[in-house]
Parts: sequence; structure tokens; C-alpha cells
Amino acid sequence: MRRAVSALGELLLTAGVLTLLFVVWQLHWTDLTSGRAQAATVSSLTERWDAGAPAAPAAAPAPTASAAAPAVPDVDQSPPTGDAFAVVYVPRFGPDYAVPVVEGTGTEELKEGIGHYAGTALPGQVGNLALAGHRVTYGKPFHLIADLRPGDAVVVATATRWFTYRVASSQVVSPRQVSVIAPVPDRPGEDPTQAWLTMTACHPMHSARERYVVHALLESAQDRSAGPPASLAAAG
Amino acid sequence: MYAWWWRVLPGPWWVRLLISLLAAAGLLLLCFTVVFPALADHLAINDGTVEGN
Repeated sequence: MRRAVSALGELLLTAGVLTLLFVVWQLHWTDLTSGRAQAATVSSLTERWDAGAPAAPAAAPAPTASAAAPAVPDVDQSPPTGDAFAVVYVPRFGPDYAVPVVEGTGTEELKEGIGHYAGTALPGQVGNLALAGHRVTYGKPFHLIADLRPGDAVVVATATRWFTYRVASSQVVSPRQVSVIAPVPDRPGEDPTQAWLTMTACHPMHSARERYVVHALLESAQDRSAGPPASLAAAG
Repeated sequence: MYAWWWRVLPGPWWVRLLISLLAAAGLLLLCFTVVFPALADHLAINDGTVEGN
């Protein structure tokens, strides 16, 4: 009897240590490894773009894309799942913040950066460029999503263009509320006339009970050769 | 459990300690590379996507 109790105690202690190790791994280790991998992706993408090498054609949205001159959305040009095709910069998240956008929002894709909901608009296109990201773990690209305020810049870089979006609103919704990533946010079925960007992350932090959602509108676009937009230089 | 482990290990105390540390390191590596990643995908405590149905 005493031996059984002491064995049980040792088992419970072991289970406790393993659980603590899991928390350390999930919160810190995945952050380190994914964060490093994502930074490497950003460097290789921007190096390739700046070298002028022929990038994936999918990364190039219609050159006329802007709020004033709507381009026709072409979902057929979506990159293959898992491919990194854009880089997101958010001055509010810090001057060094740069995270790759990969096609798809599956578990594996979200470890490699910000996920682009398949079938939603591409950068600069009229419609809704819908992005999902981790708020904790795996590089936590959307860790500070609740700090975004109306007017904050969200800059999306592709192989050929810079797009500056300005935060318009934020909301907390149920994980089932897919209308937030509709072509016109919260108005499923309506035809879009503007280029939106929507970010989704878990809420509250460390929980998957709800989603924190931020909507932004395209303000301006310029060629990559023109250099980073003023919205980035004004990073405060 | 640990008393049994200590009894079955051969050699003097420092050899047993060395073997124990190596076993713990191996277990940690297995957890970090195989067990925890598989477990995390099932827990999905950090899912940030919106999905229908």
C-alpha cells in the first residue's frame, strides 16, 4: 500500500514537471524557433525582390490596384498553399516588425508567419485581404493586435508594390463569425468597392474562446522601386 | 519508481547519475521534437482563425 502511494506520488510529480515543460515549450520555444524562421523568410523574400529576380507571378497584383482605380479580383492567381508571397510591416508593433504572409490558414501555415485566408483578396485588390496570425506562440505576429488604433498603418509589401492600409475599426467576435472576412467586412454577399484588410487573432490572449478582429482600408499604393512608403518611415 | 530505476542501474553512483541525466535529456528532446508539437496541434489553444460550420 505504501509503495503504491509513493509510486503514484512520483507519477504525479513527473506529470507536473512534464506539463510545465510543455508550457515552456509552447510559450517560449515555439516563439524562438518560429520567430527565427519567419525572420529568415522575410530576408530571403526581400533579397529576392530587391535583386529583381523573377518572383512568383502570383505575388504581383494588378498594377492599377488602388482605392481609386479598383482592380478585378482574380483568385486564380493565388499562390500555392504554404508559399510566402508578401511581408507585413506594422509601425505600431515596432520599427523592426516584419512578418511573412503565407498562403493558407492551416496549423502548419500559421507556424510560418501570417496566414492568408484562401480565396480572399490579394494585396491591393478590391475586396478583403484577410489575414490570420498567432497572438501568442509561434513567433506571435499579432501579439500586440489590441494596441492598434484607428489610423494606424498596416503596410503590405509584395514583389512589386507597397500597399498602405489604415486601421478603421476593431471588434471581438465568436470564432464562427466568418462574415468579418467577407469581401465587404460584416456584410456577406455585398459586392466590394473598396480594398479592405482584415486581421484575426485569438482572444482573450492564451485562449481560443473569441477572436480579435481589426479592419483596415487601403490608403495608397506605390511601386517597390519607389522605396518604402512614408507610412513606414513615420514609424513612431 | 525512481528508487527502482536507481536500483537497476549498474555501476557507482556517478555512473548512475550520468545515465539518468542522459535519459532525462533524451526524454526532453523527444518531447520537444515529437510529443509536444503533436499535442499542441490537438489542443489548438491559440487558434486565431474564423471558420464556418
